[in-house]
Amino acid sequence: MSAAKAAKPSRRISRPAPELIFGDFWTFDPSPETADPKLKARYDLFIGGNFIAPAAGGYFASINPANEQRLTEIALGDATDVTAAYAAAAKAFPAWSRLPGAERGKYLFRIARLLQDRAREFAVAETLDGGKPIKESRDFDIPMSAAHFFYYAGWADKLAHAFPGAREVNPHGVVGQVIPWNFPLLMLAWKLAPALATGNTVVLKPAETTSITALKLAEILQEAELPPGVVNIVTGAGETGAAVVAHPGAAKIAFTGSTEVGRRIMRATAGTGRKLTLELGGKAANIVFDDAPLDQAVEGIVNGIFFNQGHVCCAGSRLLVQESVAEAVIAKLKNRMRVLRVGDPMDKNTDIGAINSREQLDRIQRLVATGSKEGAKLYQPACKLPPKGYYFPPTLFTGVHQSHRIAREEIFGPVLSILTFRTVEEAVEKANNTAYGLSAGVWTEKGSRILKMSTELKAGVVWANTYNKFDPASPFGGYKESGFGREGGRHGLADYVTTD
Amino acid sequence: MPRLPITKTPKVYVGGAFIRSESGRTFPLKNARGALVGHIPQCTRKDLRNAVEAAAKAGPGWARRTAYNRGQILYRLAEMIEARTAELTAALALGEPKAQPASLREVGATVDRLIHYAGWADKYEQLLGSVNPVAAPYFNFTVSEPMGIIGMIAPAEAPLLALISLIAPAIVSGNSVIALASEPRPFAAIVLGEMLATSDLPGGVVNLLTGFHKELIPTFATHQHLRAISGVAPIDERTTIERGAADSIKRVKLRPSEDSFDWYGPHAQGLDAIRDLVEFKTIWHPIGA
Repeated sequence: MSAAKAAKPSRRISRPAPELIFGDFWTFDPSPETADPKLKARYDLFIGGNFIAPAAGGYFASINPANEQRLTEIALGDATDVTAAYAAAAKAFPAWSRLPGAERGKYLFRIARLLQDRAREFAVAETLDGGKPIKESRDFDIPMSAAHFFYYAGWADKLAHAFPGAREVNPHGVVGQVIPWNFPLLMLAWKLAPALATGNTVVLKPAETTSITALKLAEILQEAELPPGVVNIVTGAGETGAAVVAHPGAAKIAFTGSTEVGRRIMRATAGTGRKLTLELGGKAANIVFDDAPLDQAVEGIVNGIFFNQGHVCCAGSRLLVQESVAEAVIAKLKNRMRVLRVGDPMDKNTDIGAINSREQLDRIQRLVATGSKEGAKLYQPACKLPPKGYYFPPTLFTGVHQSHRIAREEIFGPVLSILTFRTVEEAVEKANNTAYGLSAGVWTEKGSRILKMSTELKAGVVWANTYNKFDPASPFGGYKESGFGREGGRHGLADYVTTD
Repeated sequence: MPRLPITKTPKVYVGGAFIRSESGRTFPLKNARGALVGHIPQCTRKDLRNAVEAAAKAGPGWARRTAYNRGQILYRLAEMIEARTAELTAALALGEPKAQPASLREVGATVDRLIHYAGWADKYEQLLGSVNPVAAPYFNFTVSEPMGIIGMIAPAEAPLLALISLIAPAIVSGNSVIALASEPRPFAAIVLGEMLATSDLPGGVVNLLTGFHKELIPTFATHQHLRAISGVAPIDERTTIERGAADSIKRVKLRPSEDSFDWYGPHAQGLDAIRDLVEFKTIWHPIGA
């Protein structure tokens, strides 16, 4: 049969294949992931190597955003618990920081391996807890988390090589770390791995809506026989995080989250002498030139904004497309969006899962309503959303002006704002016209233009002919109001040490 | 009959020009014996904003200079200072014979500091940047870029050496600078401006202000176009700066003035000072046919 088709190439040239519109014509059978996430009925705080009940005895429910069902309950830590965690971390610091680097590294290698062993279980837990598609937690979040531990494990005995000219490389002491809900385990790995490799001890506060994998990782820390107190995990809401940030026992604070909270942390730590790194919001430009490989670019645009429901600080949420190809790109993009599968995150075929929380869904809905009100044109493909749970269809806006709120504010959802440009200069001008500066994308076949654009763009990460790529060896972090400090690579070590 | 010398009116160097404060305000500077040295401009918030404007104009061009060229210009600045050692020594000693040897030593150390950083211009990137072995078909590399306009708070002591120790690692990477001179000993900064003006450094890359720190620091803290603040400050000023910096997520690299610091020592110069005032950018360049 294939031979017969191959014999008539001329037919394909004269009559292009019709667009494959799946829509509701072709239904997929459900393909649910069924591995056991091994959840406990209740999760306590992890302090001094043990799971302990919170001092005030409070717990809060952890909800599956895909169906609004309760998964488990999580300890609500308060200032007393935070103080206990800092005390445990301070006690563990002298021995941990004096341990030869090679030995510290071996603990991190163990953690990486144990995480790889239990990868599927962690992927399911991550998806149930946060709502991201199982294919993403399985193929991205969990393996990348393990890779981060593996990468920094190898640095632990090589720190002298990382800082040329330094006579001494010393850890800060106890580091307070507050992480977001969009990549719960991965952000934990980004924070823990370099902090531990350099000899710091840690008090970590996971996000309120996504604490489960952090506490499952605490089980791995026990299995790895990490000395008690080296890592302490205090769960809770914003007040718990504020207590972690404000605690006088912290020598350094590392935070990933919104720019607004980042500002509050800067003010709270002003004058304390505490070191600070912030990885904050973004409103990245994804720039498509007329010579770009358009089909590849469309895949990149989709990945740039719909990956993880758009809950990505570096999401390519502003598409800048050269005027001459704008119509073609938008048409292709709409076609591509029509076949995105939105729904049950546990289904292996799902492209866009659940929005992380009711609160976030409200915010997305509010900003999208603003977009329409300010005059931008909304497009959403027809898609059936599950009756329960928090979902939002993939959305794009055309006719967006730079002054529109949807072009300026971080939406943190599957919503793309499209603007056009004519010249390279205009593209640069528009791309940089933002208070943020975390990332940018460039699509062109011209290598010299890639390098020119990456020089001009005020952003910490520039992806060329790709988007949302990450690697433990690749430093990540922002310019301007997207924060300061780098995570990943050799540069990721610098913020966890003092050199002399 | 002895000739009556002409005294020079102290002016600050902003945007490549020598100006008095826009306010017309000055404060008298006296030497140890109580003799008047001059009326020093008491710069205002408006002067600071004007200086930022000048830096914003000059900054991009300076950042685009080649590393080799920036190194040459820093070296030229050292030459200018060396040639006018006597004048700068006098500006530091202010007619106090006992202060003469220490002042001479400070000028010498300042020249040496500039030579140190001139040499860094085309080398630091080779140490600070990296090529990153990612597990995908991309040429992934990290380079440093200047942050932009840096606000600089000079300490009271070592009014020339500390000032240059702060400025040199900032401009060597292509930043531009608004520096607030030592409050009690501003005169060396006034004289330094004349060397900056003759050093081939484009006007506006380094702007020097004199005046009262208390008055100017809140504006340094909150000015949206200053991307970072570096220098030396006491606890109350550090707190003001760090709070104000939150508005635009400004980088703050301040050393406590409460801690003694040896501006002549090995810690007063080096790669760390350059690293403190650059941003790191990582680029994923595709590999393919």
